[in-house]
Order: sequence, then structure tokens, then C-alpha cells
Amino acid sequence: MKNRMRALALGLIGATSVAIPAFAVDLNVTCRCVIGGVNSGTAQWIQESVIPAFEAAHPDVKVTLNQFGGEDAQLTQQLALDFSTGAGPDVSAFDGFLIPSFVEGGLLKSLDEVAGPEVNDWSGWAALSEGSRSLMEYQGKFYGIPLGTDVRMIHTRKDILAEAGIDADNWQPKSWEEVLDAARAIKKIKPDSFPIQLNAGVAMGEATTMQGYWLALLGTGEKVTDDNGKFVVSSQGILDTLNLYKTIYVDEALGDQRAQLLADGRNRSFANFRDGVTALLFEGDYFYRSVTPEGSEFAVPNRDEVMGWVKVPAQEPGKGIRGQDFVTISGGTGFVINPATDAPKEAWAFLSFMNEPEMQNAFQAIQPRITARKDIEIPNSPFLTATSQALLPLTTARPNNPNYNAVSSEIQRMTEAVVSGELSPEEAMAQYKAAVTALVGAENTVSLL
Amino acid sequence: MTTEPVPSPPKKVRNFALLSNRAGAAFLTPAGLLVSVFVIVPFFWVIFVSFTNRTLLGRTALNPEFVGLANYFSLFDPATFFQRGQFGFSLILTTQFVLASALLGQALLGLLLAWLIQTVPPWVKRITETFVIAAWILPEVVIGFAWFAFLDRDQGTLNMLLEGFGLPPGDFLLQQPFWVIVVFNTWRGAAFSMMLFNSAFSSIPPSYFQAADVAGASSWQKFRDIGLPLIRGHIVTDLILITMWTFNTFTPFLLTNGGPSYRTELVSIYNYRVAFQDFQFGKGAAVGVIMMLINLAFALVYLSIGRKKKVR
Repeated sequence: MKNRMRALALGLIGATSVAIPAFAVDLNVTCRCVIGGVNSGTAQWIQESVIPAFEAAHPDVKVTLNQFGGEDAQLTQQLALDFSTGAGPDVSAFDGFLIPSFVEGGLLKSLDEVAGPEVNDWSGWAALSEGSRSLMEYQGKFYGIPLGTDVRMIHTRKDILAEAGIDADNWQPKSWEEVLDAARAIKKIKPDSFPIQLNAGVAMGEATTMQGYWLALLGTGEKVTDDNGKFVVSSQGILDTLNLYKTIYVDEALGDQRAQLLADGRNRSFANFRDGVTALLFEGDYFYRSVTPEGSEFAVPNRDEVMGWVKVPAQEPGKGIRGQDFVTISGGTGFVINPATDAPKEAWAFLSFMNEPEMQNAFQAIQPRITARKDIEIPNSPFLTATSQALLPLTTARPNNPNYNAVSSEIQRMTEAVVSGELSPEEAMAQYKAAVTALVGAENTVSLL
Repeated sequence: MTTEPVPSPPKKVRNFALLSNRAGAAFLTPAGLLVSVFVIVPFFWVIFVSFTNRTLLGRTALNPEFVGLANYFSLFDPATFFQRGQFGFSLILTTQFVLASALLGQALLGLLLAWLIQTVPPWVKRITETFVIAAWILPEVVIGFAWFAFLDRDQGTLNMLLEGFGLPPGDFLLQQPFWVIVVFNTWRGAAFSMMLFNSAFSSIPPSYFQAADVAGASSWQKFRDIGLPLIRGHIVTDLILITMWTFNTFTPFLLTNGGPSYRTELVSIYNYRVAFQDFQFGKGAAVGVIMMLINLAFALVYLSIGRKKKVR
């Protein structure tokens, strides 16, 4: 009996020592990316390029990629709750606009504070362009390394525009009315279609604010904050923007109202574009890079022939922000280190490794994009070259304000109230004013009406 | 949440102790510690947080300020109280939801089912019970997805059935979200009422019904004059329990996310949104405290009825 127990104990010890490989450090990496699903290119890059190369260089580190398949807002929620309790992945993909609110909430620490002063000696900092460095920077400190930036435009279905009698190759609308007129022309020949997609509603999260509301609001010459950083809570620009939404979704049914209200609405809007239901879709270059390439779920058949893009016009020529005729806005994503990581040195090693030129070039081979590094060749993509040259000079950024995220949620609610037909633009703006004032205090708001 | 009736203390205290007082206390300590760490401390912590403007993100995360009753005043601000997406709106919505889905839906359907299966052949009874109870015990996420698929406008089973019968399809989740969650909760919870009433009916001596049969009573007369009066106490218990459960239920979130435009934002979902989507812990805690008070009121009614029964 004693012998049997001893044999059992020895066997158990033997089995466990085999089952647990002798890795000194485990690193967990999270991104909203799934191979074969959302942001497939990013997942593929990390899983197939970065991790094998990194593990070869650091044999005592094991890296695991968590592929998060939910929505952006859900990942934000997850990270906020994880970081606040000292849990969560060691390295995570992160949208730059969230950095101020996370830092002020004590949920992120600057990279040198987490991983030590050698962070500042990294050769890559010098290779980042000034503009892109600021994407993950707050009050002079770096909280992550930016991957790249983007620009926003109207993606067009040239085949449908042509059917409606529009010269798709040379068409560039110069005002909101010209965009609406094109949509009306399409609606006339295809009564069941929803020619325009301008994101609205709560379900799409920041995609509503960035790809929808901002693109319209900038065209009225306004921003979410004024020049002093105070939140604008009532203005003609907000009203005009909400009336544009009302025209599209309520008055003339030029857009798919259901897609703005349903939980999976953003995917529905992509499917609409793929299926030719929508011909004018306001989105970032992300839509071209990551959503519609061949082999992805929303791949547009014969994309190079049928897909085009135009600049987003201001409400009227010259009425846009800074007196521009056309407007756009940029954001940026990158990766951050969990301040509670057990392995800060290894996490930094991984983070800097994935931003070395070799790895960035591997990413470009999978999915060309506007990178943050100056020493990465501009990808051989006519679309990216043309859009970045035309739009980067016109672009705007979101305010680097810890309250922006919460205000953005109120913006999403305001648009939803209008596109669902619940509230008039005036009523929705009044609610927005009340909600934002409660959030940031009356002294940080301004009314322009 | 209190759902178990607490037995009232016996009139004369007699010491049946198997252990000395000290040993008893020693055995109680671990459980007492667990309860205080996981129930009592969070309870008072939530009350404390509800008096601050604590958030998860932004400046007030690290340096929350004491704001007194400001969170409560903002919840009950008459200017916004009834607006959609505000506390008052979801409180009224929850009341309607409880009335329609628990008191009318679950209790009536459960009573009807329980009465009907008294007289059917045993195998029909068993099959009915199996299906009703299956709806009750299946995991919430599973039935959430199942109902979502069932009600989808374009590929949903319900619309396929409707079209098969030549009826127009509907966009239920967007057009009738409130009635969707009412029907859903009725379907989901009728099992409890059915089981409770079923055992209540079984406790009535069969001779009562046999005597009524001899006198030529109809089924409705037996139900009204024998069944109902004898299970009155069970009905009250059932109504209070399902009211409390329905008041706190969160499952409709899986169907509608509380939307569109807050049209199905019950108090529990409102609380979740404020605390864990908008990350306003202070305000969320205030909502939680109010919900606790409402639950406490229900629990007190429930307990006092239980006590009255014993006295009789």
C-alpha cells in the first residue's frame, strides 16, 4: 500500500513536470482581432510573424495571443475592469483616444514607469513621425507605441453611381446637398436600397462618433470642443449635423435605419455595401484595408473595378473646419502594457520588438497601411498613397481630454435618438447638453447658440 | 436578496446545545467571516460609494469626492426623471414589465397550466412539465441566443412560420421590443409558478373534488370554489417571489441590449449601463442602493406574510 502510494506520487510528479513546460515567463497579448474574422490581418501578423520570431529570440518567454472577437467598446470595458483590478493581458491593443481617461483613472502608467528608464533609449522613438508619436502620448509621456494612423472618406460603389447616371470616376461632391442628391438619384432607380451609410447610434460605439458625427460636424466648421477645450453643448453645427441624420434616416429613408439601431448594425452596414444596397459609405481607410479585401467576410467582388472613394465635403464649400472645402479626421491605434504585468521587461521587449522595422514590414506584407514609422516604405497600394496624400493635410484629431470618451457616448445617444425618430434634433441636443453638463460640469461646456 | 423565509424564533428559549457556547462560536467564525467579507462589507461599501462621484476612468477614479446626496438628487431630478434612458423611465418600465410578465404572464399561465395538468393523463402531464421546466432551467445565454435567432427579421424562425401561414412578417426586436421581453420572461418563468401551484393543488384532499363531482360541479366551479380558496396562501407567496425575481432580472439584455433607444432598459440594465458601461460607480451605486431598498420592501412583505401564517 505504501509502495503504491509512493508510485502514484512519483508518477504524478513525473506527469506534472512533463505537462508544464519550463517557460520562465508567460506573456499574454490581446487585440480585437480574430484570424478569419475581424481585423484578421493583425491577428495573423501577431500569431504567425511576431510571436514565432520573438520566441526564437527569447527562448524563455512564451507568448499567447488572445483573439478578442467582441466590439471595440466591449474590449474597452474589459480592459478598464481588468486593469483596475490588476488583472488582464500583459500587452494589449489600444485605441489612442482612450489614453487620457485611462491615465487619469490610474489604469495606465507611462512605459518608462512600468518597464524602466531603458524604454527611453529605444531606437524606434526617433523613427516615429511627430504626429504619430502623439497618438499614444499624454502630457509628455508615452503610454504605448502607435502602430499607425488613418484617414476617413466616403467609399463609393462606382457601378451603382453609374447606374444612377453619375460619372463615377470624376464625381467629387462639394457639399452635403450634392451627396444627398446622388443618394436620391440612386434611391429613385432602386427604391429598396439605402444609398448612404453615415454611422449613428449606440451600438457602433466610437465608430458612430468618428465615422459619422465628426465627419458631418467638421463640415459645419465646428468640433466637439472649442479652441479652449470646452465641450460645445449647443450650436448651429450640432443642429445641422442632426438634421443631416434626420434627412438621411427619417425623412427620406436614404440610409438603413435598422442598421443603426441593431446590436450587429456595423456588420449589417458592411454587408449592405458588399451587396450593393449601400453605395456611399463613410468610413476610414480601415474599410479598404481590413474589411473588404478578397477573402474577408465583406469582400466586395471585383473590388478594384467597382469601389472608389471621394473626399467628405463640408456642408457648403469653404464652410468646413479652418475654412476647408473638405474634411477628415484621424485616429490611431497601438499597443500598451498593462501596468500590473508580472513581467514588465519582457512585455516591453515584446512591445518594442513588434514595432521594429522587420516586424512592421512583415505586417505591411499582410496588410498595407499608413504606418507610424518613417523608415517603413509607403506600401505599394495606390489607394493608400492617394488617400493619405489627399487627406492627411486636411485632417483633425480628437481632443486629448479624459472626458472625451464619456462625452462620445452621449454623442452616440444623441444620434440614436434622432435616427430612431424618437426626438427632434432640438430635443436631442437639449438632452445632450444636460447630459454633458452633468458629466463635465457647466464650467467646462460652452453654448454657441 | 432574501428569498428564504427566516423561521421566527421559538417563544421559550431552551438550550439544546451540543457544543459549548465557545465551541459554537469557533465553528461559526469561518462562515461569519465569509459572509461579512462577501456580503456585509460590499453592502456598506456600495452605500458609501453612492455618496461619492467615483468613476472607473478619468480624474474622479483616483480622487473621488464626497458629494453627499448629489447622486440621488440627479437620479430623481424632476427635469429629466421621465426622459427615456433616465432612472424614472426605467423604473416605470420595470413596473410595467413586472405587472405584465410576472403577475399577469407567469402567474396566470402557471396557474392555468397547473390546473389543466391535474386532470390529463400522466404522460401528457409529464411531457408538459418537462417542456415548461426546460424553459426554466436552460442556461440564460443559450436561450438568449435562441430567442434572438427565433425573432430575427430576415432569417428568424418566427417570421418563416408567419410567412408560411401567409401572414406578414414583423420586425419584433425593433418595433415591439417591450412585448418581446414580456413574452420572453413569461415563457421563461412560468415553470416556477406552475410547479408551485401544481404541488399546492396536489395537497388538496381528492375527496373534496370527488364530492364536488357527485354534486355535478363544472371544472370552472371546482377551480373557483375549491382550488383557488385553498391555495390562496401559495398564490401570495408566488406573486411576491416572482415579483422580486422579475424586478431584478437581467436576461432581457441578451435579447435587446436594453434598446433600441432604451425602450427595454429595465432598472437592472440601467444600473449595469451606468456602472459598467459609463463607468460611473458613484451613480451606479446609488441606483443599486435604491434597488436594494425596493427589494427589502418586497422581502419584508413576504416575511410578514410568512409570520402571519404561522401565528394562525
